[in-house]
Amino acid sequence: MEQEKHDGVVNAPKKVLVLFAHPSLRRSEVNAPLFNVADNLDGVTFIDLYAEYPTFHIDIDREQKRLLAHDVVIFQFPLYWYSTPSILKEWQDLVLEYGFAYGTGGTALQGKVFMCAITAGGKEDYYRAEGFNHFNIRELLHPLEQMSNLVGMRYLAPYALFGARTAVEDCRVKKHADGYRQLLTALVDDVLDLDVVAEHETVNAANLGSMMKGASE
Amino acid sequence: MTGIFLQAFIYLVAAVIAVPIAKRFGLGSVLGYLIAGVVIGPVVGLVGDETITIQHFAEFGVVMMLFLVGLELEPKMLWAMRNRLMGLGGLQLGLTAAAVMGVALFFDQQWSIALSIGLIFALSSTAIVLQTFNEKGLTKTEGGRNAFSVLLFQDIAVIPMLAFIPLLALPELVAKAQSAAASAAEHHEEMSLVAGLPGWAMGIVITASIAGVVVGGHFLSRPLFRFVASSGLREIFTATALMLVIGIAALMSLVGLSPALGTFLAGVVLANSEFRHELESNIEPFKGLLLGLFFITVGAGINFGILFDDFALIIGLTLGVMLVKALVLLLLSVIFKIKGSGRWLFALSLAQAGEFGFVLLSFTTQNYVLPMEIFQLLSLVVALSMFLTPGLFILYDKVILPRYEHASNDREADEIDEKGTVIIAGVGRFGQVVNRLLTANGVKTVVLDYEASQVENLRQINIKSYFGDATRPDLLHTAGIDGASMLVVSMDNQEATTELVKYVKHTYPQVKVIARAFDRRHFYMLRQAGADYVEKETFHSALEVGSQALRCLGVHPFLVEQQKVKFKRIEDTSSDKLYETWLGGEESQSYDMHFRHLFIQFEETIRAAMDEDHMDRHGLSEREWTPPPKDYLDDFSDESKPTDSEKPV
Repeated sequence: MEQEKHDGVVNAPKKVLVLFAHPSLRRSEVNAPLFNVADNLDGVTFIDLYAEYPTFHIDIDREQKRLLAHDVVIFQFPLYWYSTPSILKEWQDLVLEYGFAYGTGGTALQGKVFMCAITAGGKEDYYRAEGFNHFNIRELLHPLEQMSNLVGMRYLAPYALFGARTAVEDCRVKKHADGYRQLLTALVDDVLDLDVVAEHETVNAANLGSMMKGASE
Repeated sequence: MTGIFLQAFIYLVAAVIAVPIAKRFGLGSVLGYLIAGVVIGPVVGLVGDETITIQHFAEFGVVMMLFLVGLELEPKMLWAMRNRLMGLGGLQLGLTAAAVMGVALFFDQQWSIALSIGLIFALSSTAIVLQTFNEKGLTKTEGGRNAFSVLLFQDIAVIPMLAFIPLLALPELVAKAQSAAASAAEHHEEMSLVAGLPGWAMGIVITASIAGVVVGGHFLSRPLFRFVASSGLREIFTATALMLVIGIAALMSLVGLSPALGTFLAGVVLANSEFRHELESNIEPFKGLLLGLFFITVGAGINFGILFDDFALIIGLTLGVMLVKALVLLLLSVIFKIKGSGRWLFALSLAQAGEFGFVLLSFTTQNYVLPMEIFQLLSLVVALSMFLTPGLFILYDKVILPRYEHASNDREADEIDEKGTVIIAGVGRFGQVVNRLLTANGVKTVVLDYEASQVENLRQINIKSYFGDATRPDLLHTAGIDGASMLVVSMDNQEATTELVKYVKHTYPQVKVIARAFDRRHFYMLRQAGADYVEKETFHSALEVGSQALRCLGVHPFLVEQQKVKFKRIEDTSSDKLYETWLGGEESQSYDMHFRHLFIQFEETIRAAMDEDHMDRHGLSEREWTPPPKDYLDDFSDESKPTDSEKPV
């Protein structure tokens, strides 16, 4: 399937599912603008998990059907304690069932693409072996990367914004949101060089341009 | 007697025919009434001499209107708008009077005549303007609110004018009149408490009357209303409302004050009362009819003889007056920074003379300030300017507004503050929890209940509530149902609840209706009536008690929670199916059997779901977390094949 991209043939648009988890959207400074970007794009389905399941009673069937109907799955969330907000964990626990996502007959997600779009409070150099957090962001997200591997999805580097608490004051939100729109559009149009994206530690508005198909050649 | 019936019939026929036609053509009810009056009066000649008498009677519509205006105005709000009231209203009155007086002086009128003409034309028509604002939903717009403060100021200003005008009396007119009708005047003297009293005593009587209205309204009205409400007789409540308005009007007339102003004051005093909405809906129809009658008499009173004799002069004067008024208002709108379409609404809506103009005209003539010829001429000008006002509103609607609609978002912003209102019908033990949650979250609610003591209780803990029967369309209307976004029905009476839901969903489909059902059958009926969401009143608390029971029996709390959710889901889906069956026909023979059968079936489903083996996850669509099978690690033994669909579980 990797051959296709060199033929210059325009592929059929991909369907992108954004599963968004933010327990307090009204306080959100970065994720809310990203929400608006994703919500208005063709080919992108945007699910506000906390809105849909305010009591955490996740409808497993409905979520599995959604997964089947999309080619790309994105978890969008603010990083909480080096992990997802709790509803995304609940979502994984319930939806990625034995026999659906893994195990005997569990092939439903194979070949799909998985990606995280996260905002982290700390500055980027905190996420270093020698930094305050000791691990880089990609290492901290290993549980999600391995989840993605186990269910047979293609794991991409996370689209990340660091120092999120001061992003508004530093006027970094618009650029990040524009980058998000660009990323989602590229995923829908299937013009992203997934091999390149998979190798990086993070994706951001600045390095996104170099990850398009043909950009490296 | 027959004569009265005939006259009443003619008036009503004219109104019934003309008003709906006028409304259909977008002309507004006021123009409809005016045209009806012209047709039955000057054109066909069905009515004539009695018009003046009827007009006196119909002026009571203005009195009622001011009572209702007062009801809308809480004292706090009145105080808040004092600057606008005095500044805008005062300047409008002063400038217009001065401008009109200037024109009159230019036409060589005596200064006293010029001044009184100025005062007469400074007033605008509260009746036409407020009625039109209500019909067109303009009351809350910027232009509407400013126009309202001007109207209010004018209505108040009539009183000092009535005191002042006799001082302008022309000696030659007085002399002429005295010789002619010195004795007749005695007979026409109206009943009065203050006639013949010295100045200081008159002052005391007037002050005491006003104090009586304020204090009585504040302290006595509530016990009275509660006493009347406890009788449960609707017509007695209507009688009480009428008694109140008529009583105050009578008292004010007796002490020589304006009845309109007295009832306005009473309205303001009662604006905080929990009985406000009920009062409003009781007075409203009388006001509407009487005002209509008033407009008909204005139309019928147009003297075409004089009009055609001096056609150019009268039309010229009318247009001149309206132009001067509009220019003054435009100037004020610039000074007071009224912007956009609001400026034009403000200027155009008030550019006419009003019903108080008629009152002042006859008053000035009676007091020998204006000679009869001028009175007849100016009456026509006042009537014609009122007649032309609906045209100005049409001009505003069709020409001015479209120019502003896409250019600015002013109107949108205006309406937002009234949106989001939730009306709660019935605030017993159930509705008040709903209300508390909503108000705690900043949602504006209007609470209605027919239990006076309940309303009283809620008021004591500062919950805004009104006494009234929510099933009455007029009460719902005054509570603002057409501007509300939602109605929550939590009344005790099942039939009334269903009827209310049916009525509101039919008449105001945009209003979301959430209703509380008494039981299953009522639940179905409410769904059928069109409620957007129905909840059985005891279901959730029973579910809580049930799950508490399970917890007490030692079942793991999280499992209890899961079972509860599962139970509720099955109940919801089964409820849909049972509803379909119920819709099929409650009367039919097989219905009972079928329904019972379905019900038993669902009970079994629930039991099965509760017993469900978690491993057997294909049994039902309702699921929770399930562990993988014991031998699932075998799947991963072969690294190259993470999944193997051939392998049996």
